[in-house]
Amino acid sequence: MTPLLSAAEAAKSVSTIPLIVICCYLGLLLGLALFSGKFFRGTSKDFFVASHSIGPFMLLMSVFGTTMTAFALVGSTGKAFQKGVGTYGLMASSSGLIHAACFFLIGLKVWSIAKRHGYVTQIQFFRNRFESSGLGYLLFPCLVLLVIPYLLIGVIGSYRVMGPATAGMFPELFPAVGPLNGALPPWLIGLVICGVVLTYIFAGGSRAAAWANTFQTLVFMAMGVVAFYLISKALGGVAAASEQIYPGHLVRTPDLLEVTAKTGAFEREIGIPPIQFLTYMFIPLSVGMFPHLFQHWLTAKSAKSFRLTVIAHPICIMIVWVPCVLIGLWATGVFNSPPVGAWPGPVVSIMGSADDAGVGKVLSVVVKFLIENPLIAGMVTAGILAAIMSSLDSQFLCLGTIFTNDIVLHNQPEGKYSDEKIVLIARSFIVAIVLLTYILSLVLKNVQNVFDLAIWSFSGFAALTSLVFTALYWKGATKAGAYACVTAVAVSWFYFFAKAGWGGEYTVFSSAERSDDGIMPVAICFALGLVSMIVVSLFTKKPSEDTIRKFFP
Amino acid sequence: MKTAVIVTVFVVLAILHQDTWNWDNSSLVLGFIPVGLAYHACYSIAAAVFWACVVKFAWPTRLEEWAEGGD
Repeated sequence: MTPLLSAAEAAKSVSTIPLIVICCYLGLLLGLALFSGKFFRGTSKDFFVASHSIGPFMLLMSVFGTTMTAFALVGSTGKAFQKGVGTYGLMASSSGLIHAACFFLIGLKVWSIAKRHGYVTQIQFFRNRFESSGLGYLLFPCLVLLVIPYLLIGVIGSYRVMGPATAGMFPELFPAVGPLNGALPPWLIGLVICGVVLTYIFAGGSRAAAWANTFQTLVFMAMGVVAFYLISKALGGVAAASEQIYPGHLVRTPDLLEVTAKTGAFEREIGIPPIQFLTYMFIPLSVGMFPHLFQHWLTAKSAKSFRLTVIAHPICIMIVWVPCVLIGLWATGVFNSPPVGAWPGPVVSIMGSADDAGVGKVLSVVVKFLIENPLIAGMVTAGILAAIMSSLDSQFLCLGTIFTNDIVLHNQPEGKYSDEKIVLIARSFIVAIVLLTYILSLVLKNVQNVFDLAIWSFSGFAALTSLVFTALYWKGATKAGAYACVTAVAVSWFYFFAKAGWGGEYTVFSSAERSDDGIMPVAICFALGLVSMIVVSLFTKKPSEDTIRKFFP
Repeated sequence: MKTAVIVTVFVVLAILHQDTWNWDNSSLVLGFIPVGLAYHACYSIAAAVFWACVVKFAWPTRLEEWAEGGD
């Protein structure tokens, strides 16, 4: 019997309680979000930016929840299992410093300008700042194409979580060969997740998203801590759990781990090369250009609402990431020979697989087989889904918003469309995007490591942050400079993306031995965008005095 | 002056993020947290303290008033 089949055997008589808990969570979420719809004022401004009514706590929760995605719980655990202790420094602590910098330097200023001049999208801001309608048409496809992989991470992430969580529950209804025998199929998981998100976005727009995100963020923060406590208990306490971490994962030193699995021996790259660790610091700059985050900023009631978000964001990251990284490190105990007795056979089989897609399943597999209480397992799985869905809703909403405002309404005389009609257009586009995401996620569901795809999405947005930063802080940034910046970023990003085999892990000037010991492409794309903006702006026509007065109070 | 201090502290924090001295250190703090993780967890707290100071001492009051409609 293969290890995967033995895992399936072990999963045969499985309780459906976790699924009932997840259904209750989804019901609660829907109820809360639909209740927020009672406050919907029926105007397009309310649908897009909640009439600038969101206070400090809800702003913190919605911004934090939106930023974290599936990466926070699933990705952090998986990456720590794959690469080791450096994962936290690589992705979390740098984000604490740089995300807050983006909220303070970009978010606050953008909110002020948008509030003063009535913008509801990024593209409206850029069009006016650079006095160019065409810039919007250049930015629109770039933003949409970068958001789509980000959306896919969420939906495919939900398959990776719900598959193992429901394995063995319905063997007659959903038979399959392998460990996912009897699990809910991806088409059904995607249908439910997209359906729930679509329903509450439809009902209440950005206010529903903010309410839902607050609830979801509280749930996934609490469940991360609960999972940490219960898993450590199952492993004999935190000290015993940490003692059995594979030694190579306790340090950042790059190394090759030889794993002898039942399916055959293979090598896994562990550790973080120094140059990657350094240039990875550009990735968190992506929050400066995320269109969905831009929209969340605009929902703020006042500038003061940002204070809590700026200060508490690094702490929130710590609360979620430290336990998850430790769980990922503990899971490397399965590589010790012989594996520590606490690890059940199915965990050893699945984690010892050379398949990188397994990395994304670390948390759900550990929760399922180590926490034997199905109620808790269901709650933790609901927490993971909460992290995933708290980003999906904002992304769907923002795509509907930019399509409506920047493509349909742009250049149309004011008053041509009623508020009801505008909201209807936005809702229709959201349905189309949800449908497209759902279909794409089913086609691409077997992508090896979905989180590498996320890094490419973040890299594109991070490189474009040079555009928003110069727009806000340099009066000399010109329309031609903006075109040069976007073009340089788009071309260089596409070049590296193609070199990476359309989404794999890739660094520039890496050695023959490893794929990750070079410079992160984002650092080069960002530099090219910034240099293009500066050089071209120096030699081209400056913005008008009116524009300078409007954007530099 | 205020801006110079903030930029300097930010750059120092960015440098401290590299903590090359912890690269090969496999010891456990409090018996269960790898030192590389404990350092960066403390770093997150330091980042929050830094931004709390920025908010307290360098809040853009004039920008806030302008946004609300005043000049």
